[in-house]
Amino acid sequence: MKVANQTQSAVELVRAALEKAHQYQAEYHVFNWINDDAIKKAEAIDRKIAQGEPVGRLAGVPYALKDNFLSPEGETTASALILEGFQSPVTATAVRKLEAEGAIMIGRTNLDAFAHGSSTENSYYGPTKNSKDTTRVAGGSSGGSAVAVALDIVPFALGTDTGGSIRQPASFNGIYGLKPTYGAISRYGVVAMASSTDCIGFFAREAMDLDLLMGVVAGQDKNDMTTLPNFYAESEIKTIKKVGVIKDFNNEAVNSEIRAALQQKIETLKHQGCEIVELNMPALKYALAAYYIIVPAEVSSNLSRHDGIRYGYRSAKSQNLSELYENTRNEGFMPENKRRIMIGNFVLSSGFYDAYYLKAAKARTLIINEYAKAFEQCDVLLTPVAPNPAFKLGEKVNDPVAMYLEDVMSVPLNLAGLPGLAIPVGKTNSGLDLGLQLVGPRRSERTLINFTKTLEETA
Amino acid sequence: MTKYIPTIGVECHVQLCTKTKLFSEVDNDARLKQPNSCVSPVDYGLPGMLPRLNGEAIKFAIRAGLALNAKINLESRFDRKHYYYPDLPKGYQITQMFHPIIGEGYVELPNGHKVRIEHAHLEEDAGKSSHESSYSLVDLNRAGTPLVEIVSQPDIHSAAEARDYAKELWRVMTYAGVTYGDLYNGNMRFDVNISVAPEDSTELGTRTEMKNLNSFRSVERAVEYEIKRQTKLLEKGEAVIQETRGWNEATGETTGQRSKEDAKDYRYMPEPDIPPICLDSADVEAEAANLPKMPSWYRQKFNNVLSQDLVEVLLDYPNLMAKLAELEGNQAATKKVANLFSSVLLAEENTSLLNDKLPTKEQLITLVEMNDNNELSSTATKEVFIKFFDPEMHYKETRTIAKELSVIQENDLGALEEIVNTVLEKPETQKAQSDFRAGQEKVLGFLVGQVMKESKGKANPSAVQKILREKLR
Repeated sequence: MKVANQTQSAVELVRAALEKAHQYQAEYHVFNWINDDAIKKAEAIDRKIAQGEPVGRLAGVPYALKDNFLSPEGETTASALILEGFQSPVTATAVRKLEAEGAIMIGRTNLDAFAHGSSTENSYYGPTKNSKDTTRVAGGSSGGSAVAVALDIVPFALGTDTGGSIRQPASFNGIYGLKPTYGAISRYGVVAMASSTDCIGFFAREAMDLDLLMGVVAGQDKNDMTTLPNFYAESEIKTIKKVGVIKDFNNEAVNSEIRAALQQKIETLKHQGCEIVELNMPALKYALAAYYIIVPAEVSSNLSRHDGIRYGYRSAKSQNLSELYENTRNEGFMPENKRRIMIGNFVLSSGFYDAYYLKAAKARTLIINEYAKAFEQCDVLLTPVAPNPAFKLGEKVNDPVAMYLEDVMSVPLNLAGLPGLAIPVGKTNSGLDLGLQLVGPRRSERTLINFTKTLEETA
Repeated sequence: MTKYIPTIGVECHVQLCTKTKLFSEVDNDARLKQPNSCVSPVDYGLPGMLPRLNGEAIKFAIRAGLALNAKINLESRFDRKHYYYPDLPKGYQITQMFHPIIGEGYVELPNGHKVRIEHAHLEEDAGKSSHESSYSLVDLNRAGTPLVEIVSQPDIHSAAEARDYAKELWRVMTYAGVTYGDLYNGNMRFDVNISVAPEDSTELGTRTEMKNLNSFRSVERAVEYEIKRQTKLLEKGEAVIQETRGWNEATGETTGQRSKEDAKDYRYMPEPDIPPICLDSADVEAEAANLPKMPSWYRQKFNNVLSQDLVEVLLDYPNLMAKLAELEGNQAATKKVANLFSSVLLAEENTSLLNDKLPTKEQLITLVEMNDNNELSSTATKEVFIKFFDPEMHYKETRTIAKELSVIQENDLGALEEIVNTVLEKPETQKAQSDFRAGQEKVLGFLVGQVMKESKGKANPSAVQKILREKLR
């Protein structure tokens, strides 16, 4: 990515990004809010450069922020009515670290409300369109951030990935999307979806930009007790000799062009001297069901705080406290939010907890063990991200189960806390982007990012 | 007629006096603070905020557990308990449902009876709601204050014992130094559950629960009322309904509030934002080394020195007990100081004196010695003792204070005789002298008074009397 210096001013970088943001907004609806004041921050950086003062590693680099990160710049809406008017006094740790290195946020990007969805159609403010075909979805939930990078508005964007919300829109838009190891990046100041699977990550057009971004943002944070100490600096880059492919994912349910792309990568990796290891991972078939129990349970809990009492939207027509709760939450949440809250409340309710939540937690342990076994036999896994390329707007939004099935190959690693890197691997005959994902053991981000060099050479 | 036996269990919430809250870094002491002035974004339940566990609260919980003679669980976890109320900002309370930090223990009552503790766990307090006629106010200063909830076994069988247990818990927790123990301000709150069953029954009866009792007296009265109410029902052949009942302090009655049918489903789940607390035995040993002496220790120590009643009175004041214990081995001094504490310091007119600055061991021992040597009369002893609590005086030596107050008695017989002679030469004492010689005993008081006056109060009155009797024989 281009960083501001003596010859390339921050103002130029930021102005170009803002112009593109405005130019594409009507057609793609990338942003919930565009930060025109960003230019002032760019001017401040240029002054520093002119005076020979040190500037950060991301000086003047414009970026897009998924609208579920808290910062005092703009309202944090999570694309839901219930957070209408919410201006945060707090800055998310990830944002603070980026800004400390001179990165400049030029806008807040659209998402499925509270990150619930795989298409960005569940946004209260309307869907974001696919970067290659505006009749198709951007993917989701971080659709706005993916399209902002794919349209070259910004060199990178922040997203969150709870079950594929970075990797799937990255693959729908032909860019890189990194979901790091659980605990690599602080979740402090990010509107929680499911606390045990939420990960902060990035979209970029250049894989090596992800390495720089991880170096800046990863690390232990006293405000997030689940963050890992000395995370990125001490991760070593390993040479990949064995690449695993999961036989269970090679079936008719996966689009033929995606399977062909995977096969082509396998062949070229073989030519490069990599050993291909075919694996059966039967426990992964429980992943989607376990995910759609554990995640709604945590969602229902995390969304309890949105009650209309202290901030955000409050329904005006309530006569008493229970009406205030009911009306505010009924009007303020999107249908998909309500669906997940209801599922979550059901699986946690007394008498059902053991049958659902506890069972799902056990399935989760099986999945973690299955991955551990797989990484005894190979260094990384190469799999599809989603069964299909970008689908039509409106095609699945009214069929929740079809929508959930989109996540079948992305959610298992969220349950296991593993890193996954979506990589672009060409296009379909009709010009839609195709993506695959690399999955590695915990703390293997550097290895995954570095391995993209090999994959690019073979392409 | 069938005899009915009550069975009582108590759950007690203890607010810990940590510097900051359980999961945020704001001031945990909201006394005298403006509403909603001790509230961080975490306590306010902003989106994206995560709990940050306060290590001091863990230490306090360990200490509370040791004070309860309990096993400390080296691994414990937090869970979420969900319900909606405006003073619960996140819509859930972080508590320990499944893996509490404190395991089984017991509390020994003054009568020697042990009440077993089932477990105790750490959790956060909610805020405070106050309801006006057309609106309600919420104060979140208390939201996030660490609590230890102590759950007893149903080992209590009378109202008096329920009170004794509540009081002993309060003592144990204040002695451990983990709470301010201010009941009026809700630092400790008691939930009491009660059932009665026929004496020969092998099963417990249906229980009712009374929540948030905040004095020992209301614990006792509520239990008393509830035992009578339930016994009456059973005697009439009616059933007790399992429910939560409210205690009305003014009427002295309990009334039905919420039955089992509309009990809430709290949808407990493991708290994903806080990793398990993993302690090692050194953490527990460190707290054990810091644990102050407990009431039962003092009871044993003063068993043959002070009366049981006096010990129980003084036990309400941990710092006084600690001070008495400093007078190690000096039984006579211990008795005298204990009496000064109870009869002077704890007298109603002196309650304002009681503060953290207690007299030193040296000051107290000198005071007792001067009294023993007749240098200080019992009145003077009290006077000097009170001055120990005067901010201007408390740092001075006992003898210096006594001198400044001019209350040291003249015990030198030669000097006293001179003063007596002076008085006896005065014309105004002549009549009294002859009256005394004529057998009027009561004029001796007048003469002693004259001598005391002449000595400016320093003479030892009994010595003066003795000299006068010899002179006027």
